[in-house]
Parts: sequence; C-alpha cells; structure tokens
Amino acid sequence: MKRPKWGFWVFIAPALIAFILVQLIPAFTGIYYSFTDWNGIGNEVSLVGVRNYADIFEDSGFWRSFLFTAVFAACAVVSLNVVGFFLALLVTQAVPLRSLMRSVFFLPNLIGGILLGFTWQFIFTQAFDSVGKALGIPWLQGWLSTPATAALGLLILVTWQLSGYMMIIYIAQIQNIPDSVMEAAQIDGANGWHRLTKIILPLVAPAFTIGLFLSLTNSFKMYDQNLSLTGGGPYHSTEMLAMNIYNSAFKFNQLGIAQAKAVLFLIVVAAISLTQLYLSKKREVEM
Amino acid sequence: MGRTRMKRIGLFLLGSLLALLFLSPIWILLINSFKSLKNIYLDVLGLPNRDTFLWKNYPEAFEKLDFATSFFNSAAITISATVLILIFCAMAAWALVRYKWKISNIIFLSFAAAMLIPFQCVMLPLVSLMDAMNMMNRPGIVVMYLGFGASLSIIMLHGFIKNVPLELEEAATIDGCNMFQTFFRIVLPLLKTILITVAILNVMWIWNDFLLPQLMINKTGWQTLPLKTFLFFGQFSKRWDLATAGLLLCMIPIVIFYLFCQKYIVKGVTEGAIK
Repeated sequence: MKRPKWGFWVFIAPALIAFILVQLIPAFTGIYYSFTDWNGIGNEVSLVGVRNYADIFEDSGFWRSFLFTAVFAACAVVSLNVVGFFLALLVTQAVPLRSLMRSVFFLPNLIGGILLGFTWQFIFTQAFDSVGKALGIPWLQGWLSTPATAALGLLILVTWQLSGYMMIIYIAQIQNIPDSVMEAAQIDGANGWHRLTKIILPLVAPAFTIGLFLSLTNSFKMYDQNLSLTGGGPYHSTEMLAMNIYNSAFKFNQLGIAQAKAVLFLIVVAAISLTQLYLSKKREVEM
Repeated sequence: MGRTRMKRIGLFLLGSLLALLFLSPIWILLINSFKSLKNIYLDVLGLPNRDTFLWKNYPEAFEKLDFATSFFNSAAITISATVLILIFCAMAAWALVRYKWKISNIIFLSFAAAMLIPFQCVMLPLVSLMDAMNMMNRPGIVVMYLGFGASLSIIMLHGFIKNVPLELEEAATIDGCNMFQTFFRIVLPLLKTILITVAILNVMWIWNDFLLPQLMINKTGWQTLPLKTFLFFGQFSKRWDLATAGLLLCMIPIVIFYLFCQKYIVKGVTEGAIK
C-alpha cells in the first residue's frame, strides 16, 4: 500500500518532538556539561576537560555512596526474589482465598515511594521503639539512627514494596507450566520437593533473569524511598547514588561535578541492562 | 486425603499470616490516625478507646495537605499526560510499523535505547532547558511526561501493532479513508487491550512521581500529592497525628483505583516487566 511520506512525519512528530526535547537534547548536553565548570548561576560555562571526573575520583563521599548502593542492590536482589518467588509458589497452590492474598501482597507496589518512606519512618521510629521499650529489647529502639539499622530499614521497605511485583512475574511463569507436566510427575511419584527443584525451578528460570535485573536496576536507581525514609542519614551512611547526585547539584551547586557523576551512573546502569539483554537473547537462541 | 487437607490448612495459615504482616504497616497508620499526638507517644500499638478516639486529624490533615488542590493537580496532570501518551504514541508506533524504511528503525531504536538513561542523567540540563523555554508549569510537565513515557509505550504498542493484519487498513483506504480516518476509525479500536495496559503503566508511575514535579512545578497551588506530602513532612516533621491521617488520605485514591482495575493492573505490570 502506498502512503505519502509526509504522513509518517505527521504521525510521529508529537511523540518524537517531546522525546527529543526532554530526553535526547538533555542527554547530550548533559555529557557536554560534565566536562565544564557549569554552576547553574552564571551564564559563563567553560570547558575544564576531565577535571570533574578527576575530582570525583577523590570524592570519598561519592565512593561511599557507590559502595552502599551496590551492596544494598545486591541484598535487595536476593531478598526481593526469594520472597517474591516464595509468595508466587504459595498463591499458585490450591489455598483458600489465594487471590485475596495475591492482591494484598501486590498492594504496596502501587503506593508511591514518598508515601511508603514516611509510612515506614513511622513504623520504625514509633512502633518499633515502643515495642522495644515495652519488651526491653534495645536494638528495636532508635531504629533509623544507626547506619546498620537504617540500611536494614531501607531493605525491609523495599522488600515490602517490590516483592509483590516479583511475585506477579513469577506467577505468570509458574502458570505457564503445563498441567500435564505436573500430573505426569505426580504419577511418576515425584514429591513436592522434587517437583519444585526438578520441574518448577528449571522452567521458571527465564523469569529469574527478568526478576533479577528488574530488582537490580530498580534498587540501583532508587531515590524517593531513600529520601523519605532516611534522607541519607545517619551521617550520609545510607545516601544512595541518585541522592548523592541530587545533593551535589542542588545542595552544593556543583552542577558540572553532579553531571559527571550522572554520566558514570548512566554507564553503570546501562551496563547492567545491556548484560540482561544479552543474557535473555542468548537464552532465546538456546531454547 | 487427610494429608492434603492438613497441607492446605497449613498453607492457608501461612498465607494469612503473611498477608496480615503485609497489611500491618497500614493498620498501624490507621489506628494512630484516630489518636492525639500525646496518645500516639503513650501507646502506638493500642487501639484508640472511646475516650481518646478523635476524628479531627483528618480534616486538619486535609487542610494542611491542601488535599483538594493537590489531588486535582495530580489527577489533571496524570490524566492529560496519559491521554496524550496513548494517542501520540499509538500514532507514532503505527507509523513506525507501517513505514518500512530505514529511518523507522533508527527512530525506534533511539526510543528503546533511551530506556537505559536514568533520570538523574538528564535532570540538570532538562531543568535549565525547560526554564529557558518557559515550560516549568503544569502544561509543560504534561509534555515532559509524554517525552519520558514515550519509550516504553511505543515499544509495547509497536510489538502489538506488528501483529495487526493489514487487510482492514487496505480495505479502508480503498473505500476512500485518508490516513487519519484509517488510523482513528480502524486501527485505534483494534488496539484497545494494549492501550489499557499502556494506560495503567503510565498512570501508576506518573501519579506517584515525585522528582519531576519537585524540580518543575514546586509552586504553591501547582503541587501534586506526592510533592505536597513531602513538603508537609518538612513542615510538621514530628506531628505524627496529622501525618498518619495525611498518609492514609493519600493512599485512598490508590486503593480505590486498585480495587476497580486490579485485573488490568496485574496484566499490565506483567506485560510491562517482560518487555
């Protein structure tokens, strides 16, 4: 069918223009700014070569933040996927009220990060504290004021919020397993453990790639929850990368440096996502 | 049969316990939203009794959050951005599928590649660009959501349209429909299921988005609910009586949305994750 050339441009223009305006232009100017002394106030912007990047290498706050983000993301990947997979297994069994349970487990996912952070701030600082006092358990008190418990609090929040999301992904995959396979295994005398390890786990493996990377990128880029639960405290110990970038831009007005940090952040996030793409394409070929 | 039954009861108990655990933070907010600040400090986990029960946290939080205005801003921005995304991204995806020339591939790949870019990376230049273009206002942020939402939406629509047969469109063209008539009367209705999925995914992130409104429309009267909640906490950081009520007020619209659209939400989330 012959369609006029202008038709293509008319149809694509609105989305494309908005996309170029808010993503492409800022992405490229952002890379440029990372090589300048941009401070956001004066109009004079001059190139400074790789000085911003060199400064970052000596910025111990940035590397502490980087390390914390990486460790946190690794822990979150484990806890989200273990809990999510477990919940998926549970609600795919013949259990009464399982669809209600599924709805409950998924609910926190819809509530935004800011609301969740403040909700858990109340739980940790008030509810935990009062239980700790009543039962005389010291480690339940002052939960967000030590680095270790603040980090653990963030991990609990993220698990509460996102394990339902992981659950949904795993449910889809578990339900794809043909009933005939499960029945055949049952007739052959496979017990529950064997069905789990020999049938369900191998057949759910493709979803693990998705679940792993989704949770990894999500926790790597986390900002709202971080801001509203701990605000990076105590003493910047829970300041994740996104917040570190935000602070160097808006608290310290070092926009060039913030932008250089953002470029490094982009490289790490893109590397993670491209690895995922590579792995899932490879698997598709194998299958 | 006895063992199966025992197992079912065991799993049911375990599941119910977990469900209660998942709901407990919201439950704790709820019981404390009916207490005075003093009573919250005295006893967090206890139920409010007849003497201490009070309603007034809700109207007060409603007022302090400027709830009606913030809700209106959130709803207006979310709905208009989602409608724009649906129409313009469907148009773009359709053109990208139906025009099989090289530029279609290049544009499609740029949309896909942009999904790798974290927001922090474009945030600072975006603020100065939008400031220069006088777009730091509510209509402006709708355009920004179109730009940010386009990538995922176009990828999902593109995948769906690829499988829509061409015959209907050809017939329409022969009958004298121009491109717009063909698209809006023939193609768009065929996309209903995927449009619902795309709408749900966009509503969920735009409604809850915090950083973009904070950077772009942080002015009295323009603030969205997440932004207003954040400011409210900055102002009344230790007022947990108002805060618990305020947090619950903000959760009500989300829970209502969930109750009505649960089926579509779960479907949308599953498809969005797998893309």
